[in-house]
Amino acid sequence: MEAILAISIGVLFGSGVWLILRPRTFQVITGLLLLSYAVNLFIFLMGRAKLNQAPITLTENIDPSQFADPLPQALVLTAIVIGFASTALYLVVLLASRGLTGTDHVDGRESAQ
Amino acid sequence: MMEQWITHLIVLPILLPMLCGALLILFSRRNFSLRFAISALSTAAQFVIALCLLQLVEKNYWTGDIGVYLAANWVAPFGIALVVDRLAVLMLLLTSVLGIGALCYSAARWGRVGVHYFSLFQFLLMGLNGAFLTGDLFNLFVFFEVMLAASYGLLLHGYNSTRVRAGMQFIVVNLLCSSLFLIGVALVYAATGTLNMADIAARTPSLPASDRQLLHVGAAILAVAFLTKSAIWPLSFWLPTTYSAASPPVAAMLVLVTKVGIYTVLRLWSLIFSGEAGESAGFGTTVLLWGGVITIAFGLIGMFASQEPGRLASYSAIISSGTLLSVISYGQASLTGAALFYLLSSTLAVAAFMLLIELIERIRNPAAAMLALTMEAFAIEDEPKESAGVAIPGALAFLGLAFAGCALLMAGLPPLSGFIAKFTIFHALLTQNAQAALGYPGWTLIILIVVSGLASVIALMRFGVRTFWATPIAKAPHLQAIEAAPIFALLLICVLFTVQAGPLKRYLDRTAASLHEPQQYIHQVLSQPAVPDTGDTP
Repeated sequence: MEAILAISIGVLFGSGVWLILRPRTFQVITGLLLLSYAVNLFIFLMGRAKLNQAPITLTENIDPSQFADPLPQALVLTAIVIGFASTALYLVVLLASRGLTGTDHVDGRESAQ
Repeated sequence: MMEQWITHLIVLPILLPMLCGALLILFSRRNFSLRFAISALSTAAQFVIALCLLQLVEKNYWTGDIGVYLAANWVAPFGIALVVDRLAVLMLLLTSVLGIGALCYSAARWGRVGVHYFSLFQFLLMGLNGAFLTGDLFNLFVFFEVMLAASYGLLLHGYNSTRVRAGMQFIVVNLLCSSLFLIGVALVYAATGTLNMADIAARTPSLPASDRQLLHVGAAILAVAFLTKSAIWPLSFWLPTTYSAASPPVAAMLVLVTKVGIYTVLRLWSLIFSGEAGESAGFGTTVLLWGGVITIAFGLIGMFASQEPGRLASYSAIISSGTLLSVISYGQASLTGAALFYLLSSTLAVAAFMLLIELIERIRNPAAAMLALTMEAFAIEDEPKESAGVAIPGALAFLGLAFAGCALLMAGLPPLSGFIAKFTIFHALLTQNAQAALGYPGWTLIILIVVSGLASVIALMRFGVRTFWATPIAKAPHLQAIEAAPIFALLLICVLFTVQAGPLKRYLDRTAASLHEPQQYIHQVLSQPAVPDTGDTP
């Protein structure tokens, strides 16, 4: 399972980086979204990949290896919220730039060709 | 009872701007003076709180002069701890002083332009204060995001196409940085199993080799995020465009946002990779040193190439970042103390210059400036006119003197505090180790700092001569007292730094000494007991 997760994170991150380097604002924002998916999965994986296990509870005398680590899950939740909000803000700026400059190029003007 | 209330003082610099910012949203648009009064009161209160914290730290109120606030009463490695020490207090004071300055300046014009200017300003202060106070790596990320979200909004303030374009690039760069920040945090967590900075530092010396690798990778990725914010070369290309596009009070605050990256690097590296960190001691400091040196070189080339005052200030900020990063990379108390002096002086100077630029632009006649440029290029001599002894209006005299003050501070010439800062850096570099030679990195650094000072003098002189002397003044400038006062006050503080250099330097040396003895910090944070349940609360 680690291999599948690692490969999917790699693919997401790679596509995200490629899209961010594109000249259109819509491509950039799609790239940012893919990057944030990759990062969220990555944080999740840092709590070790575990299937079907409850998080650690306050019961005494337990074997921690039988439980999932709840902290990365909490971190992912926070990261999703923050990433979502900043991307939404970028969407607004993107539209404002389109309205002001009349082009969706990241430089605000078409490259001379 | 009193003691409990005093401990709550630590969380106030975060809570106060948050509540005032939220309150200000209710009064959007209408009633300018009420909105200004609320935000001015809040910022002034933050200054007073920072002064109180300074008193507590200096009067040995807490053991080891480090105050710990356990949020929600969870003990340290599990809950979020806020930590106030000398460095945090220093940065809080700097934030509130700059905040008051920028806020007063924006009362004249910029505060009236947009809708939520004052709320965003308070949220920016909240993010800055939080980043300086927090003792938890993930909480640091959250405060970074608060600060950045507010700065995105403020950067777009006074909405035009230049600002939207600069804002778009600034947001993309910072969103990318946030992704890297998260990856770094996740790796550090995977390696050490904790996010509390003190706990990470306590566990670092005894990490097994495989986890140590992971920690190093995580720390390096974190550093990329912080160093992009502090504009190290080659991650600094966003800075000149952003700074010169922002409205003046926002640009002044952005100067401080750059310093947050430097603060974080200083805090984490002096804590986690100190001399006591076993095999990890001094991880990455060579990269930091050379990165800083190249940044200074990049800044000075940019300084020569710039004509606009906004870009001059930006490259001056880059030079100051480079100097700070390379000086703190030595990880020695005497050098860190000198670097902190430089940080205070250069931040205030560049921020004052950012505010001054707009006022100077008012007397500049674009056509006349262009003419002067052409005359210089083709070496056309002016007809010598008869000097008629024109009386200089007071406003113009103020602008000229303030510009001269900023230029002296940014270039580091005597008699102002910029010179003392550079002098202490040189002194610390040359006396750091009597036996070992300085080596070529040290000499390169000294030479580059001197040359960057020279570059600043040349570039600023060129701008000053062209603005105040070479071009006929198109119209007498109209200055409002509330615009001129903050610039005057910021420069006056730098003069005070010069006069009171001794006491200030001693405080900064104490700050640096406690930074480089991380055991005290680790012990204080991890041993802070939770407040016992008194039973009288329902």
